[in-house]
Amino acid sequence: MSAITHLQYLESEAIFILRETAAQFQKPALLFSGGKDSIVMAWLARKAFYPSRLPFPLLHVDTGHNFPEAMTYRDWFVDHIGAQIVVGSVQKCIDEGSVQEEKGINASRNKLQTVALLGAIEEHQYDACLGGGRRDEEKARAKERFFSHRDEFGQWDPKNQRPELWNIFNGRKHFGEHFRVFPLSNWTEMDIWQYIRQENIPLPSLYFSHQRRIIERHGQLLDAETGFIPLLEEEKPKVREMTIRFRTVGDATCTGAVESTASSIDDIVAEVAAARQTERGTRADDKRSETAMEDRKKEGYF
Amino acid sequence: MDALVNPTESSLLHFTTAGSVDDGKSTLIGRLLYDSKSIFEDQLLAVEESSKRRGDGHVNLALLTDGLRAEREQGITIDVAYRYFATPKRKFIIADTPGHIQYTRNMVTGASTADLAIILVDARLGVIEQTMRHTYLASLLRIEHVVLAVNKMDLVNFDQSVYEKILADYMAFANGLENLPLICPIPMSALNGDNVVERSMQMPWYSGPVLLEYLETVQVLTQNTADKARLPVQWVIRPISDQNDSKLGNLHDYRGFAGRVASGTFRIGDEVLVHPSGMKSRITGIHTYEGEQTEAIPQLSYSITVADEIDTSRGGMIVKSGEPIEVGHEFDAMICWFADKKTLKPRSRFHLRHTTNEVRTVVTEVLYKVNISTLEKSQENLEFSLNDIGCIRLRTSAPIFFDSYAENRTTGSFILVDDQTNNTVAAGMIIKRIKDAFEEDAEVTI
Repeated sequence: MSAITHLQYLESEAIFILRETAAQFQKPALLFSGGKDSIVMAWLARKAFYPSRLPFPLLHVDTGHNFPEAMTYRDWFVDHIGAQIVVGSVQKCIDEGSVQEEKGINASRNKLQTVALLGAIEEHQYDACLGGGRRDEEKARAKERFFSHRDEFGQWDPKNQRPELWNIFNGRKHFGEHFRVFPLSNWTEMDIWQYIRQENIPLPSLYFSHQRRIIERHGQLLDAETGFIPLLEEEKPKVREMTIRFRTVGDATCTGAVESTASSIDDIVAEVAAARQTERGTRADDKRSETAMEDRKKEGYF
Repeated sequence: MDALVNPTESSLLHFTTAGSVDDGKSTLIGRLLYDSKSIFEDQLLAVEESSKRRGDGHVNLALLTDGLRAEREQGITIDVAYRYFATPKRKFIIADTPGHIQYTRNMVTGASTADLAIILVDARLGVIEQTMRHTYLASLLRIEHVVLAVNKMDLVNFDQSVYEKILADYMAFANGLENLPLICPIPMSALNGDNVVERSMQMPWYSGPVLLEYLETVQVLTQNTADKARLPVQWVIRPISDQNDSKLGNLHDYRGFAGRVASGTFRIGDEVLVHPSGMKSRITGIHTYEGEQTEAIPQLSYSITVADEIDTSRGGMIVKSGEPIEVGHEFDAMICWFADKKTLKPRSRFHLRHTTNEVRTVVTEVLYKVNISTLEKSQENLEFSLNDIGCIRLRTSAPIFFDSYAENRTTGSFILVDDQTNNTVAAGMIIKRIKDAFEEDAEVTI
């Protein structure tokens, strides 16, 4: 039996992928959302290149619908690890008319992120974007490679992926094409939390239990405090104060909360171990159809 | 619902599954996930709804793993899917590979990182060509352990003699292989859960381990610390800064060779050879973000400093001086060909990727192809098309630093990349270096 623990293995594998990315591409960027997965990825990147600084910037695709706590955290974290940050803005794309905002009460900017992301990739000529996606998150992600090739339109072709053998990663590409790279492919939600506990990584307060004004819609607990989610007249009286935390942190319009009193990492690890729903079960964006994630990924989503 | 693995003690097991189209492979994985309580309510609900809509008679656990639209529509698995589950004893990574003949490349891909392979046989059909093909690939890729899962025992009335007959047929074939993996046969019914996680009441005649129990306890030896020490250089860390680091002091002259140890152990003070030059030096520092370490062990990543200013960079290799590595630009290798639109033949040229190195290469000779149903070597048709396996001789534009695949899965493996499409077109396993009489004067023009 190997002498190392599963967390040591996963950490080393991610560091290996991060170094491969820096070595094989001209201009990589690390997609940073302020969510726990991208925080862990950036944390690992600092380890991978220590004692140097990160050889690539963090790229935040900003939907404009942010939880203020996530933004405060982002600015603190970037400063803390001594990284550079580049912001790609969905609002800017809307203002420029390159995308149109969705209408109706379930309107979300989640899908528009794809346009802002591809725009940022083109503007800055990034040839590889490191993402915090994990294969255990969603069934289409389970088929994803560590080094995932995108054509010049940013599209993913799941039926024609390059095989990945041993630990040899093929990042060769033609001009105009780029790669998405996923160093956390083999991590599960539990691995992420156990690692955060082991490393004592500070997180945005949104992940811990707090009081928040919430509206329940289609069985999901959605934020009614930031004002990004338009409420129907009949919903307004139903908004109530609840004790919740978020299992994922994304665009405020599609991130669902769970009722929870977990106020420490240990509490969260215990809660995740007992959970009967996947973390993406709280994501409205995945509920649109059975293959919602595959469809978004083909178009160039994270 | 992730079982609470003990993070300080649990290890990781990579395994792959292989079977023919209807052997119930996805069902078996669904069963492992379901019975080990790794499936969430919302996932199960979604599968139940889909099963109902499709008119399946039972909850179709295969829908848990078949994620792509085309797969759900056709009821087949197209691509390698990775699945995760954990018990308090171990964390598991499953590479679920499709069984169709045309997808052999996926089995090779899944097998390349696996410690163990589960090969499924339909008890009604017995050992078929696919079974032999999968077993041959497992031995070729040097997977240590094979579980022969004799599935659908419920459809043969849990009859012991059916199982014994399959086992005898299987061993008759497997005993002819060169590197026979350790084989553990288990009779089961994935659909009903017999002998997967829970012991079957239907087969009292079987006294061996049930599948999960075996997966939790099987000992894996891959690349242990006793092997020859190898560190492929991935990246050179040079802060070029006058800042003082709290752990490492002044960084102005810091030059660390970053990489993941492929095998063996390096310690501070060890005398090493640094390739490509092969110059001798001594390890002065082994660093991680946590600070100075006393040793560097397999599978973990480090930044290593040496005493002398030696020229190496990505693609270089650090080895212990008492444990030299092969250095050469001509060698024989087994390959599996993956491209469906192109073929490989003598004089074909590629980019060769080996560890962190990339060189140009040319096929100087095709030695033979293997008929993997009969294991016969043939020289009749020396052109490789999709899924062909055989032995070739390659010559590279610059020397590479390698061991045989039999000795080391990391420093003995490579891929071939097509220079037009940039696709990965072959997986290769080095057999031996060719001592070339012309090595000194031959000019390789590629």
